[in-house]
Amino acid sequence: MDFLLIQALSGLASAASLFLVASGLSIIFGVTRIVNFAHGAFYMLGAYAAFTLTDRFAGPLGFWGGLLVASLAVAAVGALMEVVLLRRIYQAPELFQLLATFGVTLMVQDLVVLIWGPDDLMGPRAPGFTGAFSLFGRLVPTYDILLILLGPVVLGLLWLLFHRTRWGVLVRAATQDREMVSSLGVNQKWLFTSVFALGVFLAALGGALQIPRTTVTHYMDLSIIVEVFVVVVIGGLGSVTGAFVAAVLVSELNAFGILVLPKISMITVFLVMAVVLVVRPWGLFGKPDAAPRASAGISVRPWKPMSALERGGVALVVLLAALLPFVSGSYALSVGSEILVFVLFAASLHFMMTVGGLASFGHAAYFGLGAYGAAFAVTYFGVPMEAALVLGPVLGLVGAVLFGWFCVRLSGVYFAMLTLAFAQITWSIAFQWVEVTGGDNGILGIWPSAWASTPQGFYWLALGVVVVGVAVLRMLVFSPFGFGLRAARDSGLRAEAIGIDAKRTQWAAFVVAGTFAGIAGALFAFLKGSVFPETLAIPMSVDGLVMVLLGGIETVSGAVVGAVVYKALAIWLMSQTELSKLVLGGIIVLLVVAFPKGIVGFIEDWRHRRPPAPNGAGPEAMGIAKVEAAQ
Amino acid sequence: MKLEVSGLNSFYGQAHILFDVGFEVGEGEVVALLGRNGAGKSTSFRSVVGLVPNRSGKVVFEGEDVSRLPPYEIARRGLGYVPEDRRIFTELTVEENFEVGRQEARPGVATWMPERIYALFPNLGEMRKRPGGHMSGGEQQMLTIGRTLMGNPSMVLLDEPSEGLAPKIVEQMADAIMTMKKEGLSIVISEQNLHFAKLISDRAYIIEKGRIRFSGTIGELEANPEIRDAYLAV
Ligand SMILES: Nc1ncnc2c1ncn2[C@@H]1O[C@H](COP(=O)(O)OP(=O)(O)OP(=O)(O)O)[C@@H](O)[C@H]1O
Ligand SMILES: [Mg+2]
Repeated sequence: MDFLLIQALSGLASAASLFLVASGLSIIFGVTRIVNFAHGAFYMLGAYAAFTLTDRFAGPLGFWGGLLVASLAVAAVGALMEVVLLRRIYQAPELFQLLATFGVTLMVQDLVVLIWGPDDLMGPRAPGFTGAFSLFGRLVPTYDILLILLGPVVLGLLWLLFHRTRWGVLVRAATQDREMVSSLGVNQKWLFTSVFALGVFLAALGGALQIPRTTVTHYMDLSIIVEVFVVVVIGGLGSVTGAFVAAVLVSELNAFGILVLPKISMITVFLVMAVVLVVRPWGLFGKPDAAPRASAGISVRPWKPMSALERGGVALVVLLAALLPFVSGSYALSVGSEILVFVLFAASLHFMMTVGGLASFGHAAYFGLGAYGAAFAVTYFGVPMEAALVLGPVLGLVGAVLFGWFCVRLSGVYFAMLTLAFAQITWSIAFQWVEVTGGDNGILGIWPSAWASTPQGFYWLALGVVVVGVAVLRMLVFSPFGFGLRAARDSGLRAEAIGIDAKRTQWAAFVVAGTFAGIAGALFAFLKGSVFPETLAIPMSVDGLVMVLLGGIETVSGAVVGAVVYKALAIWLMSQTELSKLVLGGIIVLLVVAFPKGIVGFIEDWRHRRPPAPNGAGPEAMGIAKVEAAQ
Repeated sequence: MKLEVSGLNSFYGQAHILFDVGFEVGEGEVVALLGRNGAGKSTSFRSVVGLVPNRSGKVVFEGEDVSRLPPYEIARRGLGYVPEDRRIFTELTVEENFEVGRQEARPGVATWMPERIYALFPNLGEMRKRPGGHMSGGEQQMLTIGRTLMGNPSMVLLDEPSEGLAPKIVEQMADAIMTMKKEGLSIVISEQNLHFAKLISDRAYIIEKGRIRFSGTIGELEANPEIRDAYLAV
């Protein structure tokens, strides 16, 4: 009994920081409608900045002052980011906003290592709160008690801020109707910036308060952001009270989950999130109408089947690709095989993003599941490569069936956050369940059959699988299923009216995409001869997104081109610079700023400037008008 | 002239909605913009206050061209806008809704305080702490007008202020608008028919399919039933 109480207290202490970060994310979203992926990065920066300041200035004033100054400084950085970057992209599709803030996250990861070094840092203890007191014969750190009290205090202060100040009233009004607020004479620009600064301040404070409890690491950003996404999905995006309740819930589940399932403690959180989503898809304290616009209309150009000329061109490209082994060495071939694998991965994501309107931030889960599936088949069942390439993707399929069922209940940013959370849960299982997955050490010795073991052989295998895979995906786009999917994307209600079960269709698309990602993953396992948790990690998911967006979202070939360009660039960058994340993040940010309406929007603008063609113009113009009306 | 609108062309996406719309409002005048469902009344108002991004034309308010200004700048110059769907902040109390609309006092213009608005709409005074979402349609209409008045405008655009209101509330609304006129405000109201507009307006314009079709006094309009029947709802 006493043990349980201690465990509960420790959970409550963890909840404080989680609440601070999650409430900041929620407040920012409420007003700006941007899901700030960089929130975890600001949390991490808060911890690092606080480390430096408290390291330099000792004593109570140095410590508490250091935490405060660190948080304020990071808030200023956040405000700067809002002014310089976000103001340019408030009109952009939400996917691009997520992507831009993700680009910032990548950059911060490298910058942090550059400034503070790669090693974990140990901060000082809080002066006056270094001890512990005994409760039922067990020790509870007094700092934990401080944190436990801090949570409700911050909740109360935020309440006062939002209900007792003019600024707070304006923020609450803008959360409901920004346009009306501006017609009443309020300059929203500064309202947005101040809201953003407050949200970032809360995140940084959450990080700074952690330094007496845990080491400061350069990967603390991704671990917190996933927990924060889970918290806001459970609590309801935009609700501070929801963030508080859900932060406590998630922290307690973590604290007790360790006891029940020590290896895979995330499972308990997952189960609770699943139940909440089924009962209240908009979260415990969220409002159904607060659901953001669906990411419909991401592709507006009507699809056309390929002309004979285009078919010939594709055949020629495939033929040239097949001849590559005769002219290039084995390094180039292994790079080529890797690029091919990612072509299939990107095409599968593209399928559900453009045709289905489902922009997943966790597509790597199914890629990784396919890879692990193949590895399990080889390691535990001793099957040959050919069978493993079929069995492996089945794991991806099963994962997509399970997770997809929940995800398609949401749309827009909620969908993106949930897919990300599921991917991260899959990652933590692969990472923590060492007996089965080998944990960080991965599974080694996944070699291809003899005929495919040369670089040439494997390249041809990959080419064959990928060409067939992409062709099948493209056929699906033009099948009745593909049209049903687009109907569901454009208007769920209208699709239902013509007899299409929108959710079921989207679920099917999710499963198709997951399965093809799994095929790519299984190939990847044999290409590398091993599987590691990184195959399921967030950067892998985002790689897929960038490929699709880079290539242009309108056509299947866009995903193919994007994958080739991006993967080649990434492999080259890795070999050229230590700071590949900084460069990559910078490229992503620049891309989003250069194409603030998305690449499609850019192309559309460009097309509008030309006189419309006499034949195809009618339906196209209508399609565009419809999409804009929907926005 | 208080407000001069000319050559207004507005678009929603590809759809051309307003065609060379123009109208004028004199100092202290009450003008009605009349037209059927979908004629373009709301779009005209939204274009004037800067809420339609895709529009061209000239909007001169108190001698200054405001057509390039963002909505908040237009509002701060004293041109208030009351939207047709009320758009009150449902989570905020009556008092908080007023707070959002509050602006500094403007020289030479009537200054509004919550107490003066409660005097204008006594119903609101009895529910100062009530969230806007828990109010009747008529009360919400009063709230949205009061909220705009809190910005001390010298002119207001009222989009269909009588829509969906009980006859008794409509009377109250007409009285309130007359009081606003006495305070020196210039007013444009949009309506689908003459019933309410003729109680309070000096002049009227009729808009149909995005074009101004008629301009004249209320008396002229009543003397020409064929115009009324052609362009207005009954
Ligand atoms: N957001 C929008 N997107 C596309 N078209 C719109 C939009 N809003 C209005 N329209 C169209 O513009 C035209 C004018 O609409 P508007 O709302 O200005 O009419 P109105 O005179 O105010 O009508 P009502 O009396 O019904 O309020 C209509 O044909 C309408 O369908
Ligand atoms: Mg209207």
